[in-house]
Amino acid sequence: MYLVLLIFLPLLAAVFIPFLFKRVGKIHTGWFVFAVPAALFIYYLTLISDVMNGGTFIEEFAWIPSLDIAISSYIDGLSLLFSLLITGIGSLVVLYSVFYLDKNREQLHNFYIYLLMFMTAMLGVVQSDHMISLYLFWELTSISSFLLIGYWYTRDRSRFGALKSMMITVFGGLMMLGGFILLYIMGGTYSIRELIPQAAELVNHDFFIWALVLILLGAFTKSAQFPFYIWLPDAMEAPTPVSAYLHSATMVKAGLYLVARFTPIFALDGTWVWLVAGIGLLTLFWGSFFAVKQTDLKGILAFSTVSQLGLIMSLLGVAAAAYHVEDAASTVFKYAAFAAIFHLINHATFKGSLFMIAGIVDHETGTRDIRKLGGLMSLMPISFTIAMIGAFSMAGLPLLNGFLSKEMFLTAMLSIAQFELFSMDVWGFLFPVLAWIASVFTFIYSFYFVFHTFAGKHKPELLPKKAHEAPIGMLISPAVLAVLVIVIFFIPNLVADWLIKPAVVAIQPFLYNSPAEVDVHVSAWHGFQPELFMTIGIFAVGGLLFWKLRKWQKAYKIFPEAFTLNRLYDGMMFLGDTGANRFSRMYMDGIMRNGFVYMFSAMSVLVIATVFLNDAFLVDFSQSAPIGFYEVTIILAMIIGTIVILVTSSRLTAIIALGAVGYSVAILFVMFRAPDLALTQLVIETVSVALFLLAFFHLPKVAKKMERPSFKLGNAIIAIAVGAMMTIVALSAHSQKIIPSISEYYKETVYTLGGGGNIVNVILVDYRGFDTLFEITVLGIAAIGIITMIKLRLKKKEAPHENK
Amino acid sequence: MRTNDVMLQTATKVVTFIILVFAIHIFFAGHYTPGGGFVGGLLTASAVVLLMLAFDIRTVKSILPINYVTMTAIGLILALGTAAASIVFDVPFFTHAYDYFTLPLFGETSLHSAMLFDAGVYLVVVGVTITIIQTIGEDE
Repeated sequence: MYLVLLIFLPLLAAVFIPFLFKRVGKIHTGWFVFAVPAALFIYYLTLISDVMNGGTFIEEFAWIPSLDIAISSYIDGLSLLFSLLITGIGSLVVLYSVFYLDKNREQLHNFYIYLLMFMTAMLGVVQSDHMISLYLFWELTSISSFLLIGYWYTRDRSRFGALKSMMITVFGGLMMLGGFILLYIMGGTYSIRELIPQAAELVNHDFFIWALVLILLGAFTKSAQFPFYIWLPDAMEAPTPVSAYLHSATMVKAGLYLVARFTPIFALDGTWVWLVAGIGLLTLFWGSFFAVKQTDLKGILAFSTVSQLGLIMSLLGVAAAAYHVEDAASTVFKYAAFAAIFHLINHATFKGSLFMIAGIVDHETGTRDIRKLGGLMSLMPISFTIAMIGAFSMAGLPLLNGFLSKEMFLTAMLSIAQFELFSMDVWGFLFPVLAWIASVFTFIYSFYFVFHTFAGKHKPELLPKKAHEAPIGMLISPAVLAVLVIVIFFIPNLVADWLIKPAVVAIQPFLYNSPAEVDVHVSAWHGFQPELFMTIGIFAVGGLLFWKLRKWQKAYKIFPEAFTLNRLYDGMMFLGDTGANRFSRMYMDGIMRNGFVYMFSAMSVLVIATVFLNDAFLVDFSQSAPIGFYEVTIILAMIIGTIVILVTSSRLTAIIALGAVGYSVAILFVMFRAPDLALTQLVIETVSVALFLLAFFHLPKVAKKMERPSFKLGNAIIAIAVGAMMTIVALSAHSQKIIPSISEYYKETVYTLGGGGNIVNVILVDYRGFDTLFEITVLGIAAIGIITMIKLRLKKKEAPHENK
Repeated sequence: MRTNDVMLQTATKVVTFIILVFAIHIFFAGHYTPGGGFVGGLLTASAVVLLMLAFDIRTVKSILPINYVTMTAIGLILALGTAAASIVFDVPFFTHAYDYFTLPLFGETSLHSAMLFDAGVYLVVVGVTITIIQTIGEDE
């Protein structure tokens, strides 16, 4: 139980935040918060020794047992790695935020509650074995990141960014939920562990491809893949600790986690390999290409995050391809999953530190605009050193961990080009080419980030603040991460044994049974292989392009703004909001006549179509009674009355004709031997005609034009259609009576059981007295309604005061 | 100038009672012959309306000092009460009871709890009809 409880520990701690903020205001609230992820981090560290030997932990809390819904905490290599990232970087980010956010000016209680909520959500996502609870935590990350992005809610851009990220990630989340439910329908279980052994049968199911695409949509939106990456640059309006935590190290990696977690299930399908690797690579290229265009420090980092996530995603795609090769353990495909996890760790370290540096630059100079910055090297030497380490690692320079994972990435891309399944041999050559170009751009923007901020000429007149080095507390977190960047380069195999290999087993269970079997050895020097020459080429071309950056950066301006994906998103939002509004206003025009047109035409079309499609139309007169002279006369009188109503130009005539029709109905009742009905009809007709006359008498003089209702063809067609509909239904219903009427029963029992002679009245008060009870209630309500309408005219009484 | 409608008023004085008696007859006869609470109520209301036409609303109010909204409410309560009374005797809601009694003056007569329900209907119909007409008539 306690592993499940640990997921909720941050959320429980959040309960005390407002109290600590209001009552213990002298101490920065962040110090209290710091204890939570730090304690969790230390606890998760103790699990490493078990997990690296192939052990797993599973604990479940039955939440809704009757629906088979549980909150589970499943810890294997993959989820432990992510849990360590979340809590470890979480601790550093909290520490950084203590110095970044001012305790007197900021609403720290909000900030830390959202942050802790987010931490619980992320831990839940990576530790959930149950798909429904995974989805629950997934949406909780969306919501808490929405709150965090919109933290400075008085700014327009913050609210816009928060809404955009919410719309896109929640869209993906809902798609993912659909995928989960399809998986449940196919496999009969919500547990991912139990689904993996069934994968071979699931792949033949009709829903399989749908589940695959839907779950990928969820992963792609969360991980900011093409074309859903657009929310990430706008999410940079969040406070920098949030960007460092959510948008580099954790939330955007939830999608990667999802892909890694579901690889054992979906790797069997070639579509998965193509989509994951292809979209990943496209994102990698696209992100790196547009990162060079940015002028905002965090903008560069946002696009570089998008690009790096694409890199990891494409590696995961290649890792899935390993399923389809025979004897995969001896091919290079086994590197892919390893490289993905390795780069994921590396990215978390260097990108976290870079975001924190961007925050420091913003904090100490007052701007993030790279055009105003420059020459900060001597003013902020420590920040410069950290930024350089992070950026060089991102560019893939030797002696830093980025170099190792970039090499493995190139190896994987070269190997997939030779892959023969799924027509890879035709298009496969694109993979290494795109990867190479993207790496060149990665090199450029990494250098662009560092040197255009810290090197060059200092421009103090452009800076809102006088630049100086950040306080030491703010530098601790990025420094720790930067040290990790270097340390990992020197002990990659130790990191591999501890963290990466157990995670690889979770991604590629079809290759390995235990972490010890993963025989990947990371070496900084592996001879003169093609990837080495590719790396040298990247440095050469990248260096050259960076040197001439000022010359060709303007070329980005040629790309028209109108064709960006942001414009597409804005257009869709416009369609959704204003467009839907316009559409509704088009048919909801407030004219009652149009409403009737829709109602009646729909009704008649539906009914007539149903009658004829079901072949239910039938005319049979054998049951009919003979028609006599009186009936014909009365019906003629009624028809004449009706026509008079339609064609007369005087309302008075119409009222009287209506009365005539009513009295004819009463006579019909007499002829068809319904004396009660006839009596009632006579009296009621009299009363209603009197009321009509009253209404006519009170018509306003202005509108009392004697005018014949104008003829409209559309109205005539609809009226005829409705008449035809009723006639068809009545004729068909009368011609095919399936069961006899129950009226015989009434006839027999009216005296013996009802104690009366008048069947109609006995039915009204005895057999079906319930109806009568509510009919008289209706009458009472009508009377009360008339009283309130006439007597309670508050408006009229208040009228004199209106213009006071 | 007020027209002299002495003939109307005199005729009304006679006719009203005929209508009322007829209405009561229709109401009581309802269980065996055409009629019942609804028509009876409407006819009673028409008698009152005739009074209103011949005299005026204020006079009729002083002749018949009845609050018709209360009357409607009493009718509804009576109907609901009749229907609900069956619960006390442990039979389903809306079960009626009847039997034949020998009454003085009427001889053997059937008394039926449906009659009480019908009386509720009668009161509601009279109350509602006159409420509507009175309300609209008093409106300026």
